[in-house]
Amino acid sequence: MHQLTIAELVKGLRNKDFSSVEVTQHYLDRIARLDKVYNSYITTTPALALSQAAVADKRLAAGNAPALCGIPIAHKDIFCTMGVRTSCASKMLDNFIAPYNATIVDNYLDSGVVMLGKTNMDEFAMGSSNETSYYGPVKNPWAIDCVPGGSSGGSAAAVAAHLAPAATASDTGGSIRQPAAHCGLTGIKPTYGRVSRWGMIAFASSLDQAGILSRTAEDAAILLNDMASYDNKDSTSVERDVPDYTATLNDSLKGLRIGVPKEYFGEGLNPETAAHVEAAIKIYESLGATIHSISLPHTNLSVPAYYVIAPAECSANLSRLDGVRYGHRCENPKDLNDLYMRSRSEGFGDEVKRRILVGAYALSAGYYDAYYSKAQKVRRLIKQDFVDAFESVDVILGPTSPSPAFQFGSKSKDPVAMYLEDIYTIATNLAGLPGLSIPCGFVENKPVGLQLIGNFFAEAQLLNAAHQFQQVTNFHQQTAPGIE
Amino acid sequence: MQWETVIGLEVHVQLATKTKIFSGASTAFGAEPNTQACAVDLALPGTLPVANEQAFRYATMFGLAVNAEIGKRSVFERKNYFYPDLPKGYQTTQLAEPIVGPGFVDLELEGGRTKRVRIHHAHLEEDAGKSLHEDFAGMSGIDLNRAGTPLIEVVTEPDMRNAEEAVAFAKKLHSIVTSLEICDGEMSQGSMRFDVNISVRPKGQEKLGTRTETKNLNSFKFIEEAIALEVERQIDVLEDGGTIRQETRLYNGDTKKARSMRSKEDSNDYRYFPCPDLLPVIIDDDYIESVRKQMPELPEAKRARFVEQYGLSDYDAGQITMDKFAAAYFEAAANISGEAKLTANWIMADLGAYLNRTEQRIDQSPVTPELLSGLIVRIKDGTLSSKIAKQVFEAISNGEGDADTIIETKGLKQVSDTGALEKIIDDILAANTAQVDGYRAAAEEKRSKMLGFFVGQAMKASKGQANPQALNELLVKKLNG
Repeated sequence: MHQLTIAELVKGLRNKDFSSVEVTQHYLDRIARLDKVYNSYITTTPALALSQAAVADKRLAAGNAPALCGIPIAHKDIFCTMGVRTSCASKMLDNFIAPYNATIVDNYLDSGVVMLGKTNMDEFAMGSSNETSYYGPVKNPWAIDCVPGGSSGGSAAAVAAHLAPAATASDTGGSIRQPAAHCGLTGIKPTYGRVSRWGMIAFASSLDQAGILSRTAEDAAILLNDMASYDNKDSTSVERDVPDYTATLNDSLKGLRIGVPKEYFGEGLNPETAAHVEAAIKIYESLGATIHSISLPHTNLSVPAYYVIAPAECSANLSRLDGVRYGHRCENPKDLNDLYMRSRSEGFGDEVKRRILVGAYALSAGYYDAYYSKAQKVRRLIKQDFVDAFESVDVILGPTSPSPAFQFGSKSKDPVAMYLEDIYTIATNLAGLPGLSIPCGFVENKPVGLQLIGNFFAEAQLLNAAHQFQQVTNFHQQTAPGIE
Repeated sequence: MQWETVIGLEVHVQLATKTKIFSGASTAFGAEPNTQACAVDLALPGTLPVANEQAFRYATMFGLAVNAEIGKRSVFERKNYFYPDLPKGYQTTQLAEPIVGPGFVDLELEGGRTKRVRIHHAHLEEDAGKSLHEDFAGMSGIDLNRAGTPLIEVVTEPDMRNAEEAVAFAKKLHSIVTSLEICDGEMSQGSMRFDVNISVRPKGQEKLGTRTETKNLNSFKFIEEAIALEVERQIDVLEDGGTIRQETRLYNGDTKKARSMRSKEDSNDYRYFPCPDLLPVIIDDDYIESVRKQMPELPEAKRARFVEQYGLSDYDAGQITMDKFAAAYFEAAANISGEAKLTANWIMADLGAYLNRTEQRIDQSPVTPELLSGLIVRIKDGTLSSKIAKQVFEAISNGEGDADTIIETKGLKQVSDTGALEKIIDDILAANTAQVDGYRAAAEEKRSKMLGFFVGQAMKASKGQANPQALNELLVKKLNG
């Protein structure tokens, strides 16, 4: 049953091949049995899941249930869930239970989706390896000594290990696409503003966007249909109709203009990864697409600009975690300053502290113009690169990550090496564009990700291009070793 | 040495929106602690702000009222600092691109002097919560009901030169925001709070002296007192050869003392940057015009109308329109009695004194416009002398009924009846033959002065109820024989 895609589960539930309670129980059993190895969940919610499944079965029996009714998924522990702990993988929020749901959680509840639990992640989504979690690192099902990628490493490992048919995730600089690449999954980060940020704990507000990790592009399309919405509780949400992303999956790619940026194939890219990406380009040609060499000249500035803007925003976003109203508070504070200093020193991990420090520094008097203002100017240039490129191409293609999943500890002592993991994904967030990663091969039995970047609100086109690729390849159908 | 004082004000004005600036929680004053603070106000993780359109409307009204440019594009920024009553760890405010740009207010001072005070800008921001330091045994309590209440912070240029001007500006600002109905003006509840920047310099010197900021003054009286105290302190320091430290000071209205709170060196680096959760707000000319059309009448326009429509003097109209409730009371009463001038006099004199003495607001006055105009009608038709009218007014204010009831039950009707007056006069003339002879022997021009004696006697005999005009006429007639 856990081999089935969401599209197949949707059919099976309607054919009464199985009930939602049966599917849910099956996944709960697998999690209980196998997640000790992967550590992909922080919290599981078996009783809640089964009661939601029972309600879903009633709705299915009554007819006219929404497509996703009865489908179990996991939520990244960055999304607030009413009554269920939302920790953001931090000691700071180890005791935090939100009195509200994130909008995307509510959207899925409305559709009858069942929540299996909350997945592990890098602390406050800061990291590219899932090594910064307060609840311990997540293992990559493809190579148990390697990282699953981050920050949505728990969501990726859970889906790759078939401990959930799909999972929600979030992407600030590559946190959906890079784990998708490392775990052989389809991962989509929609256009900034397409999916509500209400109830998603903020890392860098102008970059954060919720999305999906799934096994196929078709599953991602089905899930995005219900995740995307205009939300008047989020001022940056865009009031724009949500298309049926499944309606155009089978459109022909004939005449699709694919741009390949030369900057994405330079120094630092693993040659074998490059070879798989080039092979994928040939496949797209065979599907009728035309390939165009393009330039995104400011690509090399995206990592430095990102590592000013994201920490600057996070330094303010995390100020609310002060030990006063909720979250971790130190024992016996002797005065207010002591309360702040010890609560935050104890509650945050090293990477979070590092980014708060960098951000506060970049915003401080005398440095603001040199860092924050300059980074914003660079951001505009990066966005303009894409705007110019999309005048002559429909989709941009390149690698998701410079190399396959790396071993635990190999980059965690070197923040800059870790930051370069996101060199191909960060610019998309800075520009606010949608991006997607799909598997396109293997290096040393570890998956390689192919990234597609679309124009603003061109999610349907990206999913169409990904789905057509998956119709003629079987990389996405491979399962990690040991997954029966 | 002659010193010149230089004063600039920063005024926090709470806007009278029903809900907070970035959340749907109520802004009503006086609720149980933390009962009007929602998830956004508590800064729970994952919550997001959504700007309240009414706050923009009110800020735009204010801008139009102070002749300011309206910021077509305004941007919220985060001002970062830690304090327990600041739940997010930053205050959402405006810095580089505020909603209200440069403007001005014209003041009228004693002796008919006028003074223009320039507004540097006014920006929208959220209020913080309150820290409660009593009743918690060594700890502090936090009440977040006020957190997120919309404010406009009005910043003036350093254009004022003494406390009189600063207080006149404060009063004028109070009058503008209450007339616009964008602020309830309840200063004791913190609806308007004044920070006063004060410096002194030798008279004739161009360069400004080092300033101090006295924060959070919430009455006109405290503004006046705090300025007097601080100016004196600064002059003393300078005359003793010292220097003024740039600092923030607190004035205590109970002890009449001020103390230093923090110096500039201790001040925070607020690390302002544009708030990524809130997009820039773009306002176009149509919006500004729609706000202009909805604006209630401003004090100056009302004053001109009162002169024109009711024939009040410019001074009286200015006094009455200073307070929108007084202006409303005046219009209601004057429209009933048809006696505008008399109504204005009574409001400024007897009614004003009575309300002051009993600490009541004019819009809640037990002497309603209906009751006052009932009294005024009886003065005008000669039933009451102005002296007796004061007695009747007092009876009305004691809740003894309307003017006619009181006149009736107390028998306070003015005696105009010629027969009754003749009887009184005849008795007095008969009892004072010497004075009568003196009067008759006196030259014409001295007689009017001597008439006073007889008027006084007759008034006394009538217990004050004689109609003075009728009495005068009859007396003259009889004395002249």
